[in-house]
Amino acid sequence: MSAYEAIILTVITASTPLLLAAIGELVVERSGVLNLGIEGMMVMGAVSGFAIAQVTGSAWLGVLMAMFAGIAMSLLFAFMTQTLVANQVATGLSITLLGLGLSGLIGSSFVGMPGLKLGYLNIPGLSDLPVVGKLVFGQDPLVYISIALTIGVAYVLKRTRIGLIIRAVGQNHDSAHALGYPVIKVRYACIAFGGMTSGLAGAYLSLVYTPQWIENMTAGRGWIALALVVFSTWLPGRLAAGAYLFGGVWILGLYAQGMGLGIPSQLLSSLPYVATILALIVISTNRRLSVINTPASLGQGFVPDR
Amino acid sequence: MQLILEKRAQASHFMHFASPLLAISLTVLLGGVIFSAMGQPPLTALYIYFVDPLTSLWAIEEVLVKAAPLVLIGVGLSITFRANVWNIGAEGQLTAGAILGAIIPIFFAQWQSPLALITMLALGMLGGAMLAAIPALLKTRFGVNEILTSLMLVYVAQLLLDWIIRGPWKDPHGYNFPKSVAFDGWHLIPTYGDGRVHMGLIIALLAALILYWLMTRTIKGFEVRVIGSAPRAGAFAGFSQTKMVWFCFLLSGALAGLAGIIEVAGPIGQLQPHISPNYGFTAIIVAFLGRLNPIGVIFAGLLLAISYIGGEGVQIELGISDKTAQVFQGMLLFFILMCDTLIHYRVRLLKPQGGAL
Repeated sequence: MSAYEAIILTVITASTPLLLAAIGELVVERSGVLNLGIEGMMVMGAVSGFAIAQVTGSAWLGVLMAMFAGIAMSLLFAFMTQTLVANQVATGLSITLLGLGLSGLIGSSFVGMPGLKLGYLNIPGLSDLPVVGKLVFGQDPLVYISIALTIGVAYVLKRTRIGLIIRAVGQNHDSAHALGYPVIKVRYACIAFGGMTSGLAGAYLSLVYTPQWIENMTAGRGWIALALVVFSTWLPGRLAAGAYLFGGVWILGLYAQGMGLGIPSQLLSSLPYVATILALIVISTNRRLSVINTPASLGQGFVPDR
Repeated sequence: MQLILEKRAQASHFMHFASPLLAISLTVLLGGVIFSAMGQPPLTALYIYFVDPLTSLWAIEEVLVKAAPLVLIGVGLSITFRANVWNIGAEGQLTAGAILGAIIPIFFAQWQSPLALITMLALGMLGGAMLAAIPALLKTRFGVNEILTSLMLVYVAQLLLDWIIRGPWKDPHGYNFPKSVAFDGWHLIPTYGDGRVHMGLIIALLAALILYWLMTRTIKGFEVRVIGSAPRAGAFAGFSQTKMVWFCFLLSGALAGLAGIIEVAGPIGQLQPHISPNYGFTAIIVAFLGRLNPIGVIFAGLLLAISYIGGEGVQIELGISDKTAQVFQGMLLFFILMCDTLIHYRVRLLKPQGGAL
């Protein structure tokens, strides 16, 4: 394996959790809901995925459990913001704080344990091809799932009736309600989908990226995923490009540290966060790009007047 | 069966104050369930958690020490959230304040006078305000979401602290530990008697009183309330949304920075990589629990300070992870938001057969 191949492979592994978490949030925001709890759902996914994999010995059961944990956390959020019309920003924060605390509590007995790793895809013949073999046919399964989810979301949002309803609910919930669409149910479903992909993103961290449990191991990735959704102007294609760009920045920092250029490691570690701020500035200064796709009802609660 | 919300004709004044108490009860209740799920006697654990911190002088002192930064940051955030401005990067602003304020004891160790301490506190406020100015500028100039930028800067500020304390600001005679020189003399916040309670507590209470006065007796306070609850009305009244964003970020940033320098010049006594057990984030809960009201924040700050000490208590006496404190804090915010629904709505359970409208 050449050095370039290795770099591309690590960039993909660094990007996949961002893509997984962000693609779910994109759907959530398209339906008009702002869920700031990604970090909390993700870290709960990471810890429960790791724990179940340890107990059962199956990494796949861990992945399944992580999805459930993400969905469970997201349903808490949905109940609060949709049924009880609580403030979405504050509720999202509470989900994040709760998730970080709860994961620390659950994970305290798993700290330092060697973890299980999800295997790589290996198709005899294809995976051994030169140059493209490992890259196209030799990734871990979640990479393919993340790409499939992105394509699926793009297709559903743009080409199907369900996608149209989701977008209508996000653009103007009063009109959607008047047309007879179940606004709150649609939003519940979207929020649960977002919870599932955040859980998957967490499982990716604790079962693939660094197969062990470390407290707060999400390290702000949930927040970066949120920024990515804004950066993508709510378009799945751009979201994927953004996720790989950010994964690249993350790896750039790691490689530069390894090369020992005399740059303080903390400066390189802060790169993804600084890059996030810069990306948000770039996209926000472009009014045309940023306004055109913003779901008009984003972050507003909906109470049907019966 | 279905949950139905009925809008109240008027916001319930009673629920406004009952909601935090209800939220606290729910937290204690669920806390007991969690303790018993962990195989602990729930009543004993709850007693150690919530009552023990108030039974010894030593513990009460520790509660007050922890309440000081929580109240100081919480009052700034309460006004910020009231104006519908979302600064969630107080933890970073706290760090920035600690760094800038520490310039005096690290580089001007010889300068020993009350003025040195005042300069430190002023620099702390400046540091916090400077970091908070970045999201304010980006929000007002480019329309960048302030939630994300203020949060990203937390990581940047913490990494900056980590770097200077392992690099240029490390104590040269400190056996290579990542710590600055120990502050002494006028570079430390005066304490009361021989105890740990320091002047920061008075500063925090003063800040709460001043901001209470600002919110209830001045035009600025009125402006905050109008812009927060009815931005369009505020615009017609000629209140500037841009100025409000700046005001809120500079104020809450400065107070968080002040809390930061008080922590390193008080209970810690030197600069080190970890200077705060998430005070900046916990203060968000303090602000909400205190009804976004500076006086309410004082009580909320005390309660969350108890949750820290209680968390340490159950760790020592029952051997449970100290993460319980964070879980309790998260639950508390969750329940308070849930109970707040009752201020504006009546919740009713609808049986399915009641289909006729």
